[in-house]
Amino acid sequence: MSDVQDVSPATAPTKETMPKVTYIEHDGATHTVEAEIGATVMETAQRNNVASIVAECGGSCTCATCLVHVDETWFEKVGPPSAEEEDMLDFAFEVKPTSRLSCQIKVTQELDGLVVRTPAYQGR
Amino acid sequence: MSETIKTDVVIIGAGPVGLFAVFELGLLDIKAHLIDILDKVGGQCAELYPEKPIYDIPGIPFVTGHGLTEALMEQIKPFNPTFHLNEMVTTLEKIGDPLFRVGTDRGKIFEAKVVVIGAGGGSFQPKRPPIPGIEPYENKSVHYAVRKMDAFRDKRLLIVGGGDSALDWTLNLQPIAKRLTLVHRRDEFRGAPDSVNKMRALVAAGDMDLKIGQVTVLEGADGQLAAAAIKGKDAVERVECDAMLPFFGLTMKLGPVADWGLKMDDELIPVDTAAFETNIPGIFAIGDINTYPGKLKLILSGFHEGALMAQKAYHYVYPDKRLVFQYTTSSTSLQKKLGVA
Repeated sequence: MSDVQDVSPATAPTKETMPKVTYIEHDGATHTVEAEIGATVMETAQRNNVASIVAECGGSCTCATCLVHVDETWFEKVGPPSAEEEDMLDFAFEVKPTSRLSCQIKVTQELDGLVVRTPAYQGR
Repeated sequence: MSETIKTDVVIIGAGPVGLFAVFELGLLDIKAHLIDILDKVGGQCAELYPEKPIYDIPGIPFVTGHGLTEALMEQIKPFNPTFHLNEMVTTLEKIGDPLFRVGTDRGKIFEAKVVVIGAGGGSFQPKRPPIPGIEPYENKSVHYAVRKMDAFRDKRLLIVGGGDSALDWTLNLQPIAKRLTLVHRRDEFRGAPDSVNKMRALVAAGDMDLKIGQVTVLEGADGQLAAAAIKGKDAVERVECDAMLPFFGLTMKLGPVADWGLKMDDELIPVDTAAFETNIPGIFAIGDINTYPGKLKLILSGFHEGALMAQKAYHYVYPDKRLVFQYTTSSTSLQKKLGVA
């Protein structure tokens, strides 16, 4: 399944106002990318070729292969996982107190500057 | 050695696209056997999102993965396909023009004029926990499935996970194990509440152990586990064990498809868009596993691919017959096949 993102010109933020997300991969590779508001941190990673976010199920919170460790300074703003997501975290590895499934984090203006780290292994 | 099963078409993968292919083939009097590694039909719809909504099936505004699978099973009922579940296709060889021999990990052999690969993202296989040095223990004392319960009799078992598989096997194996320890990363379980209660009662009665933490180190030699280190919140605990059963769900791996001599493009099978046939005539690939210019990984695309595949497959199954295109709305002959005329 896949969805086509519909961003009409009237509501699409301009480049200058787009929030930025930084992905630090296990091997140290760092990507700072612009994210669309409303897109998930997983989708943003996929559009920007952050390879260590697998997202096998395409974002339906059913595979636990898009795990990220949210930077501790950001965790409070991002918030804790829902009960459903917490259940799925059981299928992930090396889960930390600040771990989230990136398909369940929606980018907002408040998350401009967000830093997440990706694990070495997503289960495949 | 089992008898060879002879059929028109072997479909590898019983996901939505493989199921609908049965319909399109059936209308053309082509019989099919389906083989799937899962213990149920429906593929990703059944394994990944049985309860999740799908909004983009034409004519069906809303359906769940489970609902779509059920509906497809109803739709293909008149064609009486044969299912081989819990079974992985391991070998595929060309033995005629076209004729193929298909072998499975359960030792079944099929001969078919046409093979349709509808394997989606590959085969679902258990997730392997990233414990350093786990490989030599796998299938010796670390098992991702229980095929014979008796293999665990009088053993000290470590079961890892918090879902229904982990809980069910805990309850099933606890009576015959020497000692059973369940390890889970948190003191909450998403499995069925009844199973959770039964497990907690066993722990309270002292008949099994529950440890909260993650397995980080394995000890042992020559594939035989001796102990595991469990890292809890504050401390690391060593638990002696003879076998470990991790249950972390399934992940899709391409699997043996890569070994069948098919042209591959980054884990996908390139096909033509007239019949969705691979570089080997008689072998087709439909659904998420194929690639062609403009490919969309949508269930509806897979349905279309199956319909066109069936037209070409007809010529391999019935080389001397002419195919007349017909509609189910008006053709008495098709309606007879569907059991409605």
